[in-house]
Amino acid sequence: MRVLVLAKEDHQSEAAKPPTPETMAEFQKFNEELVKAGVVLGDGRLYPSSQAKRLRFDGKKRTVIDGPFAETKELVAGYWLWQVRSIDEALEWLKRAPFNAGTYEIRQIFEFEGM
Amino acid sequence: MPEKPGAWLMGTAKHRAIDLIRRRQTLERKHEEIGRDIERAQESTDPDAAIDEHIGDDLLGLIFMACHPVLSKDARVALTLRVLGGLTTEEIARGFLVPVATIAQRIVRAKRTLTEAHIRFEVPRGAEREARLASVLEVIYLIFNEGYSATAGEDWVRPALCEDALRLGRILAELAPTEPEVHGLVALMEIQASRLRARLGPSGEPVLLLDQDRSRWDRLLIRRGLGALDRAERLAKAMGPYALQAAIAACHARSATAAETDWPRIVALYDAVAELAPSPVIELNRAVAVGMAFGPAAGLDLVDALVSAPSLKAYHLLPAVRGDLLRKLGRSAEARAEFERAASLTENVVERKLLQRRAAECGAEEMAG
Repeated sequence: MRVLVLAKEDHQSEAAKPPTPETMAEFQKFNEELVKAGVVLGDGRLYPSSQAKRLRFDGKKRTVIDGPFAETKELVAGYWLWQVRSIDEALEWLKRAPFNAGTYEIRQIFEFEGM
Repeated sequence: MPEKPGAWLMGTAKHRAIDLIRRRQTLERKHEEIGRDIERAQESTDPDAAIDEHIGDDLLGLIFMACHPVLSKDARVALTLRVLGGLTTEEIARGFLVPVATIAQRIVRAKRTLTEAHIRFEVPRGAEREARLASVLEVIYLIFNEGYSATAGEDWVRPALCEDALRLGRILAELAPTEPEVHGLVALMEIQASRLRARLGPSGEPVLLLDQDRSRWDRLLIRRGLGALDRAERLAKAMGPYALQAAIAACHARSATAAETDWPRIVALYDAVAELAPSPVIELNRAVAVGMAFGPAAGLDLVDALVSAPSLKAYHLLPAVRGDLLRKLGRSAEARAEFERAASLTENVVERKLLQRRAAECGAEEMAG
């Protein structure tokens, strides 16, 4: 199955501060392990919400909302696309990540039956 | 330094390797049951320096061992899925629609064979490596194909097996990044898997390549596949059979519509595959491409030449392809007979229905004509 891992990093990503070289190195090491285990299909980091747009649909009406958005705790700062055998496997991997803050959410991607 | 460096190294190695293939029990067992040799081999190694290199080599050694040519194909497949894919015996049995006891026995026998033949736990080098690698690739592709077009049973595809094979392939590509054919195989599997969604119609019926809704193809897997193909091409002096087949798959992946398919290029690529790895199945595929590129009569000539091939005697796709070409030539009665024959040869229920439908359509054309 495929899962999307959503990184919700609180204020850190919104401040657009680049991570320290040590943090980066640790992260890259972890990411490399994931790649070697055939887990990672794709990943990406997002710009702060100050550069984001929202579009709200209400019947025929469309409303554009400019960033930054207020609910920093819920904002997605990055994502991973993983190939795993189960949610539990994803959880096992994620627990080993070198993060010390933020919330990470694992969501299974809907695919056709048996996939 | 710990008291028993060898044991300590194995302990550490085990933990790190578990990380790599994620199923604790499997790996410990595997090391105990199959890899007894490594413990001895590593007693003398300096643990600090050796760990990282060894983890990769351990895994690679295990893959080579599980796919050793001394084992039958069935045994290699079962052992690879059990030991490296981390599947349970039950899962493997379900995947291949055979009794659990059969798989369990295959695995036990395979291990005994490895022990009796004194197969060493190692990553082969030099000339032997090529032959052994070919066996590894064959096993992974067999697993993939059983998932991609199930030879038996009620389902036309079993995507879980495709995923297992793909993941093994991706791991192998990380462990042996300089082997062009590993990337070739990964490319082939990624691109073929990109069509899985489109291969099933609304009620689970098979949809063949040229009839598929290409908007349902998985762009991510296509992109990954084209990337792997690119690596294979850059690494190889000349493309191997898997890279060539991936290149054929890529021709389809790059065409926005079936009508835009570059059939002459596909024929040329099949020519190259046939030269490297001649087989009647490849010839049959080539005949299909020739039929598309140069007309059904040209394709039919090639298929007719294959009718006497002993290995294709019970291969349902031979009459299926022949039926298709005959139908295009307006020879509906002959086409119907071929589709009926193909339907009687396949063990797959869904595929049989598709072929019976084709036969019925030909019957209708016969009446109208």
